[in-house]
Amino acid sequence: MAKYQAMKVDPKGFSKDQLKFYAILIPMALFVALPIIFIVSHAFKPMNELFAYPPRFFVRTPTFENFRDLVALASQSGIPFSKYLYNSLIVTGLGVFLSVLVTSLGAYSLSKLKFKGKKLLFEINTLALMFVPIAVTIPRYLTIERLGLIDTFWVLILPLIAMPVGLFLVKQFIDQTPDELIESAKIDGASEMQIFTKIIIPIIAPALATVGILSFQLLWNDVIGPNLFIDDESMRTLAFYFQTLAALATNQAGAGGANMIAGQGIMAAASLIMFVPNIIIFIFLQGKVMNTMAHSGIKS
Amino acid sequence: MNAIRKYSGFNKLMDLLDTVQQKMNHPAWFFTPYVTLFVVFIIIPVIIAAGLSFTYFNTIETPEFVGLSNYIELLTRDEVFMQNVLPNTIRFAFIVGPVGYFLSFILAWMLAQIPHRPRTILAIVLYSPSMTAGIAMGVVWTVLFSGDATGYLNAWMMNFGLISEPIQFLTSPDYLMNIMIVVSLWSSMGVGFLAMLAGILNIDRTLYEAAVMDGMKNRWQEIFYITIPSMKPQMLFGAVMAVVATFQVGAIGVQLSGSNPTPQYAGQLMVNHIEDFGFIRFLMGYASAVSVILLIMIYGISKVTWSLLGERD
Repeated sequence: MAKYQAMKVDPKGFSKDQLKFYAILIPMALFVALPIIFIVSHAFKPMNELFAYPPRFFVRTPTFENFRDLVALASQSGIPFSKYLYNSLIVTGLGVFLSVLVTSLGAYSLSKLKFKGKKLLFEINTLALMFVPIAVTIPRYLTIERLGLIDTFWVLILPLIAMPVGLFLVKQFIDQTPDELIESAKIDGASEMQIFTKIIIPIIAPALATVGILSFQLLWNDVIGPNLFIDDESMRTLAFYFQTLAALATNQAGAGGANMIAGQGIMAAASLIMFVPNIIIFIFLQGKVMNTMAHSGIKS
Repeated sequence: MNAIRKYSGFNKLMDLLDTVQQKMNHPAWFFTPYVTLFVVFIIIPVIIAAGLSFTYFNTIETPEFVGLSNYIELLTRDEVFMQNVLPNTIRFAFIVGPVGYFLSFILAWMLAQIPHRPRTILAIVLYSPSMTAGIAMGVVWTVLFSGDATGYLNAWMMNFGLISEPIQFLTSPDYLMNIMIVVSLWSSMGVGFLAMLAGILNIDRTLYEAAVMDGMKNRWQEIFYITIPSMKPQMLFGAVMAVVATFQVGAIGVQLSGSNPTPQYAGQLMVNHIEDFGFIRFLMGYASAVSVILLIMIYGISKVTWSLLGERD
């Protein structure tokens, strides 16, 4: 048996004893990536390849046909594709901004300010990490109806802004900031809000990027909001439009037939459009996310 | 240049903002926005759910108080719930939760032992499925698992002679649940996985070396006596995320099979049961009782993980 050596964390270069990890990690990553490669490949398949038998995994002659159909189908329903895209961008953009702002303000107060009920608030928030929004869809609907928010843009944004995970992560991150920094700014006459905007925000940028990503995923992918709280077709988002198309395609799957197969290509294109912004943002910000996650632990 | 900046409108706006900020000292400026949204969209709905669960409510008439009868009905007369939904949910959660969690840990542990660049690339790949939201993915899975010979999996297996007849993966109750489990495991390397990876990377290296000096003999001892204890807070965070993610999945069975209820209730989970009663049959009181049971289950299981992994003061 090889002599036991201490685990080498974050090695600087390649060495032979890493081979066993690659031997597991690379096949695993390939396996995980397969469905995603499939979406990319399928999205660019022309009609005759979608119908091909036996089915072929990779695309031969890539085309944008599916994307064009996706856009054309939207206009048929009376709402241009660009409108859905515009709605999604506004909802996601405004939502991410508000979420980051509201979460970081709250996290700062829980970490550094003194007020009654602060400890209890953090405990309730930690408890709410376990909250499953989908379980209370009905009472949420009733609350939103009572507030008169049905059929407004706000209904797509407001319910998703307070993220217990986000507050938790940012609070843990701010806890690492030394109090001396804040004290000395106070001596210079800065108010709490000035300390927050001028000193804290730049320091906690990685945590804010992380909240931004989580909030982006939530808002960009949300179908419950546009599905339940919006009646006005012209206010619905991309995620919603794709879901209606998906429902159409699956229903036809039951009946079989050519429309379903053509639908597959369109749906793959839709999946790709939903997925690509997520992955691009994550790739750019992953360093910051990892930095935040280092402080993510729950200390009970 | 400076003169222009001094008198520009932008600067005036910034000055104004600064004057306003100078006066914002009270903690309420900071916590009110979050607390308001948190109470309105999380706390109040949970309280309403609890309240409605004791009523008969069909969305048109005012709720009528019926005591515990929703719960009694649910636990004694709802055959679908007791024979399908509850066992399905438990089976699904007890496989996807622990297996997904274990996978996340072991993959993070291996990733921590390779250099930065390949680690980043592999971590992004492993994390990426958790970003593919259900919406259109359902259709992609139906293409892969389609029940006739045009389904990719069927076509391959027939090609290699593993099977002679295509398998009805998505409409057969025998397969639906297993496919739901595989698909969920596929996307289980989420936020918890990233937290655990960061946790392992941040463990003080001298701990490992000291342990070797003290006579630590093998990798297993190292994992159980150093790695896991040193990152318990991240282990707990990952566990809570795993529990929540597991119970939140609900749409998957309906998406794969294309119907709610799923064929012979084979893929019916609690979330689908809530949707079925709440938005298809409009028995909101009854659906709320299911919601309350679901929240209690998640809370209970999280508490168990908590007591297993939490640090005691």
